[in-house]
Amino acid sequence: MPENILEMKNLVKTYIMGDEEQVVLKGIDLSINRGDFLSVLGPSGSGKSTLMNIIGCLDVPTSGTYYLSGELIRDLPEVDLSHIRNREIGFIFQQFQLLQRLSAQKNVELPLIYAGVPEKERQERSAHILERVGLADKMKNRPNQLSGGQQQRVAIARALVTEPTILLADEPTGALDQQTGQQIMNLFKELYQEGKTIVMITHDANVAKNGSRIVRIVDGNLSEGVYNA
Amino acid sequence: MLKESIKMAIENIISNKMRSFLTMLGIIIGVGSVIALITIVSGATSTVTDQVASMGANTVTVQVQGTPLKQGLTQGDVNKIAELPNIDGVAPTISGQTTVAFDGNAMDEITLQGKNDVYFENTEDVISSGRIINTIDTENQSRVALIGNDIANELYVGKNPIGQEIKIGGITYHVIGILQESDSFASADTNSSVIIPYTTAMGVVGAKYINSLTVYIADEALADTTTRQIEGVLTKSFNGEEESYSIVNMQSILETIEEMTSILSMMLAGIASISLVVGGIGIMNMMLVSVTERTSEIGLRKALGAEPKQIQLQFLIESVVLCLIGGIIGFILGVSVAWVVANLIGTSFALTASTVLLAIGFSAAIGVVFGFMPARKASRLNPIDALRSI
Repeated sequence: MPENILEMKNLVKTYIMGDEEQVVLKGIDLSINRGDFLSVLGPSGSGKSTLMNIIGCLDVPTSGTYYLSGELIRDLPEVDLSHIRNREIGFIFQQFQLLQRLSAQKNVELPLIYAGVPEKERQERSAHILERVGLADKMKNRPNQLSGGQQQRVAIARALVTEPTILLADEPTGALDQQTGQQIMNLFKELYQEGKTIVMITHDANVAKNGSRIVRIVDGNLSEGVYNA
Repeated sequence: MLKESIKMAIENIISNKMRSFLTMLGIIIGVGSVIALITIVSGATSTVTDQVASMGANTVTVQVQGTPLKQGLTQGDVNKIAELPNIDGVAPTISGQTTVAFDGNAMDEITLQGKNDVYFENTEDVISSGRIINTIDTENQSRVALIGNDIANELYVGKNPIGQEIKIGGITYHVIGILQESDSFASADTNSSVIIPYTTAMGVVGAKYINSLTVYIADEALADTTTRQIEGVLTKSFNGEEESYSIVNMQSILETIEEMTSILSMMLAGIASISLVVGGIGIMNMMLVSVTERTSEIGLRKALGAEPKQIQLQFLIESVVLCLIGGIIGFILGVSVAWVVANLIGTSFALTASTVLLAIGFSAAIGVVFGFMPARKASRLNPIDALRSI
């Protein structure tokens, strides 16, 4: 029996733009089990970024319900949402979002600082995870001394280091060439095989097909479906 | 978390060296000028008050112009004052001009002063060698003299003047001591002076009046009462003609000096602290720019689980660290300037713990006050908008 870790029911998100009310997500139903590698495929403007923000607890739904690890995510105080993000979500961004001043290892340690992990343990865990993504010899390098693919690996290590419930990747290959992108996808597949839960948001059907399961989002509506090229 | 924030703040300051330095400059100049002014003024104050105190904090000085009929104090007047309560002793001074001669050499335009043993007992470093005028000299109207440095050098070439004779105004005295060489700061030039017992000046030379009188008070706390009583004696002896004498209480002068300089010091520090406020605005400006520049960093940190309070603390620490570094540089600069100035104008230089605390406290406070608004702005950024601004 697969364990359900994410459950959305009739989830609606509306934004008020001036006098106009804009419905971005129009009643999303989504369920994710532990160990899924879900691709959310959609063109720009489809609402996929909004969906990602809600999954990542950066935003809350207007109506409907969203359960993450059994916890109802609603209009909670900013401080509570930040704790949930720290514990449950490992973000991977298109532009890597590494701090240029810090070494690869220090970048990976960042979420552990906010989790209140002591310095020695932070160093051990970050070193271990960087080794896992193949950057054992680049730990002291700064992001600008690394290639795009290596930077994204650092970002993946940063997402993994807290052992979150979900790895949430937003166009993780968007800033990489095709070959490097495929290497990153191979890493994702490895992580999937290790049992990590991954949610990947992309507009690229070729990238999406790396997932074990694909959902399409068009104009705020989500449809489960097999990929058809 | 605090340690991490401080580390990150320092890293960020270092990675923006030029901008951090320019921003700090306001704090450096502000703290530097406040510290320099306070240190210089307090050094000058203590020098002045020391000098005044060395003239005797426990003294009341009476200067007498006299009336046409009575051109000074008589011995009787002095005795009346000496008999008042709370008085340790009185030292009359008689002043005049005279000539001195020894062994065929002569000098004119020499200042002649008549003083007594009380003066010498209460005043330090009057002579450089020999002995002072004592009670017996005063009582016996002895013909003994202390001579100034110039006189000793000019009249007694190659000889020790002590024990020699000297003719002062044609009368022969014994030289018993040589006066301390006076520097340009002294109130009176003693290098071409001679001092004899004042009783000798009255009895032998024929001076009739005492022009000035220093009264030594036993208990300084009662200085005001004693001063009034002295005034009472003076009023009587000059028939109420107040303009014929002046009376100065050193204690009250000291208090006035201290009061004035502390007002001066506060005023100067107040003016200098305007530059601190300007420096603080500079800090606020840089922090606001920094928040804007690092919007995506703030967004990222929030996505990784930073609480709004932690973001606020990070930026607040950054501004405090910036101000503290500026404050420490400014403090060192201010103290150095004060030290150089104190050496140039010859006042004392003293660094107090309160000055150090003032500098550190002030700069930290500026960091908090002017860093608060930018830090709060950073903490309130919406992580979605912040992440989007790449």
